[in-house]
Amino acid sequence: MGLEIAFWILAATCIGAGLAVVLLRDVFRAALCLVLCFLMVAGIYVTLSADFLAAVQVLIYVGAISILIILAIMLTKGVQRGSLSSKLRIPAFVVAALFLGAVSFAMINTPWQLAGVAPLEPTTPALAGKLFGEGGFILPVEIAAVLLLAAILGAIILVREK
Amino acid sequence: MSVGLEHYLILSAILFSIGLYGALAKRNAIVILMSIEIMLSAVSIAMVAFSRYIVPLLLTGQVFVIFIMVVAAAEAAVGLAIIIAIYRSRETIDSTQIDLMKW
Repeated sequence: MGLEIAFWILAATCIGAGLAVVLLRDVFRAALCLVLCFLMVAGIYVTLSADFLAAVQVLIYVGAISILIILAIMLTKGVQRGSLSSKLRIPAFVVAALFLGAVSFAMINTPWQLAGVAPLEPTTPALAGKLFGEGGFILPVEIAAVLLLAAILGAIILVREK
Repeated sequence: MSVGLEHYLILSAILFSIGLYGALAKRNAIVILMSIEIMLSAVSIAMVAFSRYIVPLLLTGQVFVIFIMVVAAAEAAVGLAIIIAIYRSRETIDSTQIDLMKW
């Protein structure tokens, strides 16, 4: 019962914060709403018994990416101009609504083959086994490390003063 | 009413649509990037929900979410660096005015 209440509160706050991100005129407040949305997503991971992912979500999204976005807002003139809509506002709304309708229809009408098994409770050891163990995802982990290094080098070179 | 897979999937679809609207309709490049982050979070919720309800013992969906987070971090770093570089050279981050490569 507690899980249901938590889900509905988290989902409502998450959708509200997401709407605020795209509807608010003030870019800085939109960024703060984005932080709230990320926190609620971490809570939703907890209700899905994904404890490690919830911690990583708070560390990476709430801790790092939000700081990066707020820093970029401070460095540009977005705060004075505000977050305006382009001419595509109404077509974009129609496309998003159509997408939502189609995807919801497909999701509700697909007969998902649910497994009635209870989920793993501490997921961290199992995830480590998946990532680094035999027959796991060790090659993608190495590629992800190279990707992060390349992205950081690229970002430094892009913003370096000439 | 007990919460099941469909509820998480609908939540994910709503969040993705919000992000889609923001990415298409906004002029500020940073807000577009924020909308893309919302879309990535929505996909992650769907992945974890599938992992929890369909293959609860395999955790493959959660592994994929970890890789989504890595790619999202790289994308945010490079995207914001590009936005700041554009701001330095053109004094604007309005996506309707960044049209140097427009034919």
